[in-house]
This record gives sequence, C-alpha cells and structure tokens, in this order.
Amino acid sequence: MRRTLPGRKPLGTQNRTLWFWVFVGPFALGLVLFTYVPLAWSVYLSFFDAHNTVSPTDFVGFDNYTSMLRNEAFTGSLVTFAVFSAFIVPTTFVLSLALALMVNRMHRAQAFFRSVFFLPAACSYVVAALIWKLSIFNGVRFGLANTVLGWFGADQIAWLSTTEPPWYWLVIVTLRLWLQAGFYMILFLAGLQRISPTLYEAAAVDGARPGWQVLRHVTLPQLRATSIAVTLLLVINAFQAFDEFYNLLSDSQGYPPYARPPLVYLYYTALGQEQNLGFGSAGAVILALVIAVVTVGQARWFGLGGKEDRQR
Amino acid sequence: MTISRRTLLGTGAALGLLTACGSNTGRGGGGSGGKGPRLAQWYHQYGEAGTEQAVKRYAAAYEKADVQVQWRPGNYDEQTAAALLTDSGPDVFEVNGPSLDQIRKGQVVDLTDLFDGVKDDFDPAVLAPKTYDGKIWAIPQVVDMHLLYYRKSLLDDAGVEPPRSLAALVDAAKALTTKKVKGLFLGNDGGAGALGITPLYAAGLESVTEDGEVGFDDPAAARALGRLRQLYADKSLLLGAPSDWSDPSAFTQELTAMQWCGLWALPAVREALGDDFGVLALPPEGSGGRPALPVGSYGAAVNARSDHKEEAKDFLKWLWIDRTEYQEDFALSYGFHIPARLSLAKKADKLKEGPAEDAVRYSTEYGYAQPLLWTPASRTAYQDALSRIIKSGANPESELRSVMREVRAELARVKKKR
Repeated sequence: MRRTLPGRKPLGTQNRTLWFWVFVGPFALGLVLFTYVPLAWSVYLSFFDAHNTVSPTDFVGFDNYTSMLRNEAFTGSLVTFAVFSAFIVPTTFVLSLALALMVNRMHRAQAFFRSVFFLPAACSYVVAALIWKLSIFNGVRFGLANTVLGWFGADQIAWLSTTEPPWYWLVIVTLRLWLQAGFYMILFLAGLQRISPTLYEAAAVDGARPGWQVLRHVTLPQLRATSIAVTLLLVINAFQAFDEFYNLLSDSQGYPPYARPPLVYLYYTALGQEQNLGFGSAGAVILALVIAVVTVGQARWFGLGGKEDRQR
Repeated sequence: MTISRRTLLGTGAALGLLTACGSNTGRGGGGSGGKGPRLAQWYHQYGEAGTEQAVKRYAAAYEKADVQVQWRPGNYDEQTAAALLTDSGPDVFEVNGPSLDQIRKGQVVDLTDLFDGVKDDFDPAVLAPKTYDGKIWAIPQVVDMHLLYYRKSLLDDAGVEPPRSLAALVDAAKALTTKKVKGLFLGNDGGAGALGITPLYAAGLESVTEDGEVGFDDPAAARALGRLRQLYADKSLLLGAPSDWSDPSAFTQELTAMQWCGLWALPAVREALGDDFGVLALPPEGSGGRPALPVGSYGAAVNARSDHKEEAKDFLKWLWIDRTEYQEDFALSYGFHIPARLSLAKKADKLKEGPAEDAVRYSTEYGYAQPLLWTPASRTAYQDALSRIIKSGANPESELRSVMREVRAELARVKKKR
C-alpha cells in the first residue's frame, strides 16, 4: 500500500505521464531528429543520383546499389574489415578475459590494477592514434619502435607504409587492444564477481583441479551471458572501425587502398571531395544490412533470446 | 494530458536553448555601423603567420559591406562542400576548385563579368580549371606549385648530377641512400598522393584531354609509374616520416637528400639550408616526355545560396581584381606564392633570384593544371592503382586498364546533359 505524507496528493497517473515525457521526451526527440530522420533520408538518397545535393530529383532505382556492389574499392574494404573483425574480436576477447581473471585473483592492489588497465579506455582514439603514428611507430630512426630495433642492429621499418609484410596491422591491432581491452575486462570482472563462491567450493569437493578444469567447467559457463554481450559489442565495434584507421593511415591527399574499412571509404565517397551522397548512402545501407545480418546470426548461434535465456 | 502554462514555458525555453546551439556562420541580416549587408567570408587555415590578420585587414577596409572573416581549421574542403548543401554556408569563400559537380549543381555563381578587361592578366594555367562552359566560376588568388627540392652538397658528395630523366632520378635516389639518409621523399605513401598524375605528364601524356577523353592510354604511362615502383623496391624512398611531403622538415632535418614539396616551403628551406639546395620539375620519362610539375590555385567564389550574391560579387571584384596591392601582399608577404596576376608576378622582386626564379620559370614552361574533368572519383581510382603499383608491385598495365575503365565511365557521367 502506498504511503503519502499528510496533506500531499499521491502521484497521480496524469503527473506520471507528464514526468515520463519530461525525462524521456528530449531523448526521444533527439533520437528521432538525429538518428531516424537522417537514416530514412539516407535510404531515400540511395535511390537517387545525388551528387552535391541532399534534395535530388534524378531517380535511379537500384543503380547505386548495383554499382556499389560491383565497386572493387568497396568490396575490398568489406573484405578488409571482415579479416580485421575475424582477428580483433577473439584477440580482444581472450586478452580482456585473461586480464579480468588475473585482476580478480589479486588480493592486494586489485583496485589499482583494475584502474591501470581501464585507464586507456578513457583516452581518445584520435590522440592514441597520433601517439602511435608519430612517436612509437613512425618509420624513421628516432621512432620508439625503430630505436629499439636499432639496438639489435635491425633495419628501420616503415610501419604504416609497407604492405609486404603488412606491419600496419601490428600498429592498428596493438592500438585497438590498448584502447579496448580494459573496458571489456571490467565487463568480465563484473561477471566473475557475480559467480557464487559455493560453486567453486562444490567443484573442489567434487575433485576438480584448480586452473583449467575449474575455468572450463565452472567459470566459463557462468560467464556465458557476459561473453555473449562482449562478443556482440566487439563485433559491432569492429564493423564500425573508423577513427584509428583514418588517423593512422590517411594523409592530405587521401587514403591508401589497403586497410581501408568500409566507413572510411564511404566517408570519402559521400562526405569528401566526391560528395556522391546517393552512392555513399547505398553503401551505408548495404553496410547496415551486413551488420544487422551478422549480429542477428551471431545472436541465433549463441542461442540468445532462446528458451534457456528466457528461463534465467 | 493537460499541459500547464508553466510546463509550456519550460519546454519552450528548453527548445529555445537547443536551437540557439546552431553553428555560427557569420552571416546575418544586416551589417553594423552602416556598412551595408553582412557577408561571411571563409578561408582555410594557412600555416604562414600573419595571413589571417592580413585577410581580416582587407575585409575591414571594405566600405560597402560588413565582411566577417572566418578562419577555418580542419578539413576545409569537406566543410565547405557540406555547408554549400545548406542555407547556412558562407557568402564568399575560398575554394580548392570549385569542382565540376559543384559548378554543374549550380552551387557557385558565375563570375565571368568580373574579368572584363583583366582576363588576360590572369595566369591562363590556373584560370583554365576555374572555367567551364566558357564561364569563370572563381577568381584565382595565388599560384601554387609542387617541386623537387635537392640538397646540392649531398649530391656533390655522392658524385650525382641533378637528375634530368626519371631513370636518372631512380639512380640518383639509390646512390644518395645511406643508413641514415634516404635518397628521396615523395610522401609517406611512396608518392601516390603527392605526385598523383604528374608522372603521366612527365611521360608526355595527360590525365584527360581537352576533348574529354582519357589521356594516358599509352605504354609510356605504365613505364613512368613503373619507375616509382623501382624507387620503392630499391628502398631509396623515405617512408613513415613524422611530417608528410607538404612539410619540408624531412628535407631540412637531413632525413632525405631530395624531397617533393611545395613552393610554399621555399623560405623555410632557405632559412635552414642557405644556398645549399636547388629545385627541379619532375624529370621526363622517355623520349616523348617533358619535365612536369602541377600548378594550382585556391580561388575565391560566391555561394549560389547567398542572400547577397551581387554584393558578394562586388566585394570579390574589389578584393581580388581591383586592389592589386592586397593581392601582392597576400602572395608574397607571408608565405611564398606566385601572384595569379601576370603583371604582379613579373614585378615581384622575391621571385627574381635563385631557386625562386627557377621555380617561376618552371611553372610557366612545365606547369600543368589538374583538369576539371579529372573528378575526385577518377582521382581515387587512379591513386588506389598507383598505390598498388608502388607498394605491392601490381602490374602497371593492368592497373591502368582498370583505371581507364573507371575514368571513361566518370567522363561519360559528366558529359551527360544536366
């Protein structure tokens, strides 16, 4: 039963509706104005020849879509990001889980190490990319990585400018791991701390050996929900890669064709000098569909939203 | 649901605050101090100290309008392209173009009548890319160009002559490469972006002909691009420098013996190296080749969506056609550029000595301007192919065939009736 102070009216249905809209309204309005309207407009533009205009008149049907799917630069960028995702998702997953397990076991200074590993997540992608590009992995003799190689008599490496071997992947991957592993570690830590100690005690009583056996049969199954969430976030994040690629590899004259994720290509097509907004919009719609299909497929594969999940 | 007056007022105030957060373009309905309408004028951020103060001084001296200068750092070309799609763009703006699509979509105003009586005094090389359908769409401000800088003492020590052919450039770069100094710097991408189509012109070809056809359907094109691959394969190229080709730091800090850079870098190079440097155009490829270097120009244009188009044209005529002393000051007092007006370029003392004199001569003898028909889509396809040739050793002939297909499709698009 609701208790009210003497002389005050209970919170009525009318006021609840009002306060709901006061709090939710601005965000809903922002969502509609800045997400759904541009999204719908982008789909509209994708059916028009829209060079240097957002109010086109020349309807071209699916021409932009077919041209985009035949465009080697775009399909090449899709392959690039697929390879990138296939590598970066499991690597970040394993690294952040390992960090979480390590920090979770610490009895002393746990808060300190948790903060140390999480701190890079607060760093801007742009700043981190410039540090990686200009100080650590520049291609001249006074770059940090080349200085270290020089101690061992090795030749200088132009990290971001050579394609054989593709050293630029080392730069991109280390940057992303440094920026992201701490954030996912926190998610895993939260998951680990929700596991009841009695499960480990029961496992010990049943004779499970600490280490791999406990990890495999107790910890990992208990982290299932967290693992699914982390994997989904990692995949979406990898598909949306832009900042570090753009800042590491672009220059005033453009962007090299290797290591070009789709968003960078679409940025140059639609918003750069090309200003081909219809063609770029078609690419954006294709990319959004690819992300949606992969995400839904992945959720199905994990059984997310299935009977087992509903029972939890 | 009943909305009270207080709720309505609060919501109105919040929405008012939101709308007040729009971007300030400098445009307004009327000027202050009785100077006529307010005009917003945009410039990209120049690196040379004093340029911003100079253009604000010119604007303040204009009597018939209140000109508000905006100095815009960042990706200026993208900013202006996006602003031209809206009603909140500038009235007059500096443009690295305008592009063919900007002209065809009617985003800029025809300025042909401003050139009455003075057209012949503008450098034809930079006026040509501002001209389409017989009309002029921007006023060239200054002439800029790219050059090959070389360090005389390093060439002398290595017994190398300034290269007179692309093959000699490959040999020279190899001979000049040591453990500490590389022979040549063409940009961190190996030259795909900075050199662009210049090797085609060095081979005696063109990107797009005057008739609007592909201008490099010739084996000489593949040979010229193959030279760039050779430079990369010989490990003669500096790659991964902290500052890219447009900054002379790699050259002045002795990371490289030769560098492709802009005329704008000449004062900084002279300050660092004294007379120990010379300049060249990109040397020719083969018997049909010729030295080549690109010349280009930022232009001043009027936004077709401006409410004050006539006033904006009057202002541009006053600034970039009538007031020649400002043009001279803008070109020569801060950075280092050639005035776009031939009469001003001829009398500029700074351009009559040493490497600067050579540069001016090269610009008239060997300079080419990027044609309007060489659109961004063609440029991207070509640069991607060039990058694959240089860095991955892709076959130049097949890469160029693929580029030609894309360029022909793009030319067919822009030739279509609007």
